[in-house]
Amino acid sequence: MRSETMTLNMGPQHPSTHGVLRVALELDGETVVKCKPIVGYLHTGMEKQAEYKTYTQSIPQTDRMDYLAPLSNNLALCLSAEKLLGITVPARVQAIRVLLTELSRISAHCVWLGTHAIDIGAMTVFWYCFREREKVLSIYDQVSGARMTASYFRVGGLAMDIPEGLLDRCQKFVDEMPAHVDEYEKLLSKNPIWLARTRGVARLAQRDAIALGATGPMLRGSGVPWDLRKAQPYSGYESYDFEVPVGANGDAYDRYQVRVQEMRQSTRIAAQAVQRIRELGEQGEYRLRDFKYVLPPKEEVKTSMEALIHHFKIVAHGFFPPAGEAYQAIEAPKGELGFYFVSDGTPRPWRMKVRSPSFVNLQCLPTMVEGELVADVIAAIGSIDIVLGEVDR
Amino acid sequence: MTDEPKLNPFRTLERLAPASEDALENKSEEQVIREELERGILFTTVDSVVNWARANAIWPLGFGLACCAIEMMAIAGPRFDISRFGAEVFRGSPRQADLMIVAGRVSVKMAPVLRQLYDQMPDPKWVISMGACASCGGMFNNYAILQGVDKIVPVDVYVPGCPPRPEGLIHGIMKLQEKILASRVELGPVPRKKKGAA
Amino acid sequence: MTAPSPERILELLGQRFPGTAFRRQTGEAVRDFTLYVPAEKLVEVATYVRDEPELDFKLLSWISGLDWLPRDPRFEVVYGLLSISNNARLTLKVAVGEENPRVPTVTGVWRTADWHERETWDFYGIEFTGHPDLRRILLPDDWVGWPLRKDAPLGYEEVAFTHNTPGRKKPSPSLTRLKPKKVKYRAQ
Repeated sequence: MRSETMTLNMGPQHPSTHGVLRVALELDGETVVKCKPIVGYLHTGMEKQAEYKTYTQSIPQTDRMDYLAPLSNNLALCLSAEKLLGITVPARVQAIRVLLTELSRISAHCVWLGTHAIDIGAMTVFWYCFREREKVLSIYDQVSGARMTASYFRVGGLAMDIPEGLLDRCQKFVDEMPAHVDEYEKLLSKNPIWLARTRGVARLAQRDAIALGATGPMLRGSGVPWDLRKAQPYSGYESYDFEVPVGANGDAYDRYQVRVQEMRQSTRIAAQAVQRIRELGEQGEYRLRDFKYVLPPKEEVKTSMEALIHHFKIVAHGFFPPAGEAYQAIEAPKGELGFYFVSDGTPRPWRMKVRSPSFVNLQCLPTMVEGELVADVIAAIGSIDIVLGEVDR
Repeated sequence: MTDEPKLNPFRTLERLAPASEDALENKSEEQVIREELERGILFTTVDSVVNWARANAIWPLGFGLACCAIEMMAIAGPRFDISRFGAEVFRGSPRQADLMIVAGRVSVKMAPVLRQLYDQMPDPKWVISMGACASCGGMFNNYAILQGVDKIVPVDVYVPGCPPRPEGLIHGIMKLQEKILASRVELGPVPRKKKGAA
Repeated sequence: MTAPSPERILELLGQRFPGTAFRRQTGEAVRDFTLYVPAEKLVEVATYVRDEPELDFKLLSWISGLDWLPRDPRFEVVYGLLSISNNARLTLKVAVGEENPRVPTVTGVWRTADWHERETWDFYGIEFTGHPDLRRILLPDDWVGWPLRKDAPLGYEEVAFTHNTPGRKKPSPSLTRLKPKKVKYRAQ
């Protein structure tokens, strides 16, 4: 009996596509014959707009890319610009950056787990994960004023020093978090429904992962022990003690395990970072003292003439980086997030290219899903952990 | 009848024949209402009761586009609970929803989709434009982003912020509830007598 | 395995492609080792750097376009490569002229180049010959123009403030009388 295939459109508005992703599926019964993701429904023109703004003015834009871990994106831009300028921030700033980036990794994985679980049907995990996320958001609120889109890092340091009481709050969060991760694992890891829906589903072979450019938990879930924090460390990561979880099979369950273990390791790193900041001083220097590129402290602006002139020049015009190019990548929660800056000597970059991990990881979807059942498409999209703000920029 | 605001929109317009002859003498208004209620009869206006039902059971459409969507998910979360307002059920299909919260930046590619979803929603429907990008284009004033979703759909409440705090969005929903309670119910082709200012 | 030094990379490439000139990009702040590759040799060079064990650049990290208006050649396509086993990065550049910008595709070498090249086509109009499905990816399908080129406008829309809309219609007085009914909730 001959049958035809049915074209099903998982439209841009769909409860499970984590944003405005459109997937065109060709189905033969329940089996997916062909799958084509169509993106661009959130295209914001950030790269074009960055050519009209200074480097500091592009930092709030980066918050809106991967909006689940906004401080991570800020860090990538700041590190890339600092590489271009050839400056390194002091150790205390690096420790604060590491602390806040790891907290954003935890919060991003919390949202991922909550939404992935709710797609597959486990609603309780959603409420628990958002409860943890609220704690991280109130830490961001205390440090920068905004819950989610903090824009706290600047090229050469931070926007302002960390407030009093932040370290105690972070310490409390870091002490409580492992128990919460145990809760999530108790709900899901040995749950027969979860195992049935994620074990063996959406497999990505190691060779395919590398050929398709996947990075982050997608690559580590398929068995490749590659983590930029260990291989090409930045911002002082070489001095922290943590492990990198690696999966074996490349299916959705392995990626789930990789991310949950990453939450535990991030908590470990955050605890060490809090300790280090306490050693280096709860209040102290929060910017590099290189006034050619970085704003001088406000007290000096009021008293010193050179500082005043530098402040004026940087605020009114922007700093003048040398003409050249730099690419710096960090290990964002989703994968390798890199910024490629091309500068022509003026305060506005000639080109800002964002290498966003979700854009590349989403390409793996057809490979993972063709030949599988249509219900596995939801599990697959969830386990890739895409954020459409990053895919479309 | 006094003009003070009452706790519920159901108010008696007139009294039925009392149960006993001397029942009216030493009873307060409230006691009389209580007795009437016990007899199972209420008087109100269609506007009041229909608007009260509509305002307290708004079903939003799950239309999160970008970062504001995460704050919208946060109001569904345990800390800022929106099911207190009756709006917990985020419908997946526009045919079952009556509120579209445009949460996030609307790109030029997404605009026709948004309009189609709005057209698919049945009346009565409302639109909350959440965040700066949906209200006016936000920080993205360029070729790719629609400068304000009110260019394509009529908006009832604008909630500013980037992203607005969940309390801000809940305040917007409460303002929408006030607006619904103040509106008139369309009863179909039956002509209504205009009674001056609403 | 250790990362190959820039000299070693040039040496290997010189051995394998004796006739081709690989120019290294120099500049005060060129922070990564960048090589210019002629467009017609691109696929061979790409296959070589992917397969040669000492180089082993198996992961194509990103492809970007660059518009150097008014310089000639106007466009450059930049390839960022990553070697996991050797923990090394390499940047290749291909210079493309303005009229009829074409570059051979590397989707046969790295499958991930598919979407990257579509994005570069979408933004700059650089055609990748041999690409299986070259069409717009981020912009609407019927968009005209290449937005990231330097001569394309930003699309900035003038924001209406009171100082630049002198002839605006002020809201009618009857609207100010419309106040929503004050609702008191049970908790009050």
